[in-house]
Amino acid sequence: MSTTADSLHLQPHEAHGAHHEADHKPGFFVRWFMSTNHKDIGTLYLIFAILAGTIGGAISGIMRWELMEPGIQVLNHAWPIGSGTANFDEWTHHWNVLISAHALIMIFFTIMPAMMGGFGNWFVPLMIGAPDMAFPRMNNISFWLLVPSFLLLLGSTLVSGGTGLGAGTGWTLYAPLSTSGSAGPAVDMVIFSMHLAGASSILGAINFITTIFNMRAPGMTLHKMPLFVWSVLVTAFLLLLALPVLAGAITMLLTDRNFGTAFFDASGGGNVVLYQHLFWFFGHPEVYIMVLPGFGMISQIVATFSRKPVFGYLGMAYAMVAIGVIGFVVWAHHMFTTGMSVDEKMYFTAATMIIAVPTGVKIFSWIATMWGGSITFETPMLFAIGFIFLFTVGGVTGVVLANGGVDTYMQDTYYVVAHFHYVLSLGAIFSIFAGFYYWFPKMSGRMYNELLGKLHFFIMFIGVNMVFFPMHFLGLDGMPRRIPDYTPAFAYWNKISSIGYMITAVGVAIFFVNLFWSLAAGRKAPNNPWGEGATTLEWTLSSPPPFHQFSTLPVID
Amino acid sequence: MRLIGWAIALAAAGLTPAAAQTPASAPSQTSSAASTPSVNATPPAGTAQNPGQPDVAQSIAIVPGSVGHALPTPGIGQPDGRKGLQDQFTPIGREAANFHDYWLLPLCAIISAIVLILMVVAIVRFRRGANPVPSRNSHNTTIEVIWTLVPVLILVAIAIPSIRLLRHTYTPPPADLTVKVTGHQWYWSYELPDYGVSFDSYMLKEANDPTRQANQRARTDADGPPLLAVDNRLVIPAGKVVKFIVTADDVIHSFAMPSFWIKQDANPGQLHETWAKVDRQGVYFGQCSELCGARHGFMPISIEVTSPAQFAQWVASKGGHMPGAAPAAPDSTAASPVSTASPAAAAAAVPAAAPSPSPATATNTNVANRATQAQ
Repeated sequence: MSTTADSLHLQPHEAHGAHHEADHKPGFFVRWFMSTNHKDIGTLYLIFAILAGTIGGAISGIMRWELMEPGIQVLNHAWPIGSGTANFDEWTHHWNVLISAHALIMIFFTIMPAMMGGFGNWFVPLMIGAPDMAFPRMNNISFWLLVPSFLLLLGSTLVSGGTGLGAGTGWTLYAPLSTSGSAGPAVDMVIFSMHLAGASSILGAINFITTIFNMRAPGMTLHKMPLFVWSVLVTAFLLLLALPVLAGAITMLLTDRNFGTAFFDASGGGNVVLYQHLFWFFGHPEVYIMVLPGFGMISQIVATFSRKPVFGYLGMAYAMVAIGVIGFVVWAHHMFTTGMSVDEKMYFTAATMIIAVPTGVKIFSWIATMWGGSITFETPMLFAIGFIFLFTVGGVTGVVLANGGVDTYMQDTYYVVAHFHYVLSLGAIFSIFAGFYYWFPKMSGRMYNELLGKLHFFIMFIGVNMVFFPMHFLGLDGMPRRIPDYTPAFAYWNKISSIGYMITAVGVAIFFVNLFWSLAAGRKAPNNPWGEGATTLEWTLSSPPPFHQFSTLPVID
Repeated sequence: MRLIGWAIALAAAGLTPAAAQTPASAPSQTSSAASTPSVNATPPAGTAQNPGQPDVAQSIAIVPGSVGHALPTPGIGQPDGRKGLQDQFTPIGREAANFHDYWLLPLCAIISAIVLILMVVAIVRFRRGANPVPSRNSHNTTIEVIWTLVPVLILVAIAIPSIRLLRHTYTPPPADLTVKVTGHQWYWSYELPDYGVSFDSYMLKEANDPTRQANQRARTDADGPPLLAVDNRLVIPAGKVVKFIVTADDVIHSFAMPSFWIKQDANPGQLHETWAKVDRQGVYFGQCSELCGARHGFMPISIEVTSPAQFAQWVASKGGHMPGAAPAAPDSTAASPVSTASPAAAAAAVPAAAPSPSPATATNTNVANRATQAQ
């Protein structure tokens, strides 16, 4: 099939006569800045996500450095954000800027662009046998909206946010800290940044839904789609339904800040908790937006390296649909301490726990896929196995937190920080690394270095567990989130956590060495480096795939 | 390794445009700020909001161990670096901690262990070397039904005690005492309307803290651990049901006391309530638990639980009066900064003159935590 596609796709272009190059690639500027090719846009998204992730990860490094010992020892030095001030309140404000920026960068500019923009753009058309996305130009603007959005977020650290430079509101932007509590333009810039990132994601979501519904190759029914495509489809619906609510909520913040409305101001008849309801109506689906494409990637990878079809395919697909649906009706478990009524708490406790059922189906199905397989342990499989176990750990602490009566103690402590980093930092990020190694040969046409890849996995696995597991202890012992300094009783586990960060940083450094070495000097990748387990359509194409693929649509039997 | 890690962090941090930006006004201070904590550091502008508390304790010599200054017990009512929950001293806290320690935590461990064991078995038995020909099985309806239903049963087994805990939390016994708690940037103020007591409570700074002003008392170990000790503790009687009415006057704060298992967001414009019946005398520490601005990490909560007799003594020392007694100093509440700032508080103090515990506190049992607009 691949040879047919390769030889056929060239013919229409040769008729133009303008380029005689086999792939008919446009010049550098047109190709990368005015791109309408899903693979090039996917590459742009991945580069963007890696750059943003480096900044977000460096910020967490500053945070772990500050928290390594009791006292303020880093914020009072000259730092990129608001350097050279000598005012205690500015130091601690800059702490709040760091935590806000870390969260926003990792969520909106690292995980989402990598998963949906990067892997989604690259592999949804390839996996469903489509020549490109449904709306190539809209695809381009989706990416280029993200750039000014990121610049607005970074730029917000150069202008006043009230107490000091930058927006120190937390990524949740809770009113009234984000309205009357933060004078200056920084918070407005963050709001605009979120507007642009949200618009980018909504356009992307529309594109994915249209592509998946209308551009599947003949014979590729919904129930034959690879699970990664299913995960992107569910995620696109979550984005489409959740982001407009965020846009509304932050627009209300904007008018409260600038035009004298009082949506969230009690003195004008508003309600500060209303903002939290609106925010988390978006915010909870958002956590599934960040992890569902990871579920899809892990399914592909586990099946590939077990050399077996995915166990319980339909159960896996509809478990993701169920997670998406239930994800919309559990938001207030983020707000158990806001003074909800007992009925609300009971409902949100029960509804939240129900999510554990489809999630459990997925975990067990992955293990059942491995069961009876003929498993090899290349780097993507190692990351996938790591993901499954660590996501389970993050999942069971999620069940603890789901209990409204127990969450009274845990809310806003490091226990919550540990929980969501287990599902995001060790869940979403591990699945991104798994997907990156899995598809790197396909995207670049070169093999990565297996030894460096394995080294990356093992060092990072030890590192991130050292960073985040002690946070459970800190939370149980009562340490609140989002504080730059702590009482000496918390010192021991914080130090362990900071040492874990250094180990993680070494692991990530190995990743970069591997990345650049492989791009420059990696072995040439065959069409399908993973053998008989890799059955999806992208492995039928050359590595890297031709600039335009599937000019003749593949037929799925 | 440490150097490598930080070198990467620094190099990457340098990518931010902010790295290039150094405020023109700042360079001379950069060097002085580099020594921690710098003696040259200018007093924080933020302290202007902190009205340099005229410290009561400076006019009256503090006797460690006296009411309001009881000695904290290490490891009780404060973090001590353990790997578990703080000891609990309320009925709700004990129920919840038992639920967590003897039900949720073992379940978490067992489920994680099962997943780990299954994966290890799969990795060992079905590695390519041991099993070169993969099976093609991809369905088994029975096992799929089992692994859907068994988690449902486990969740039901969690939900039943969980819902019971919520019901117990939300059906407090009649309150013996009401405390109004108000969060401010960045301190707490407490008001006992039935006793005519109100005061502010600030964190005690360390003796060598350059931001400590001359009239601010420095923390000693008798006050509590660093960053947790406060200048004026809230004192409540042991064995009594204390109702906390929680609100804020600027941004959202959160009133939290881990060893009582209470945490209630302090929302401006709303009154919410929570309660505690503490059965052990002692000193307990908590911290603000909702991001509230620059000094969010520096507005701790400290509650001292005493005998009823000592509580009466403390009320008198704060210029208040026990219900039934004649008001000792009618003007004392009006003179306090909190009640002048909040007309509602002054109004609430009126029933204090009633001879019995305020009827308002005794009737309010089942409306727990329903939000009411304050104004």
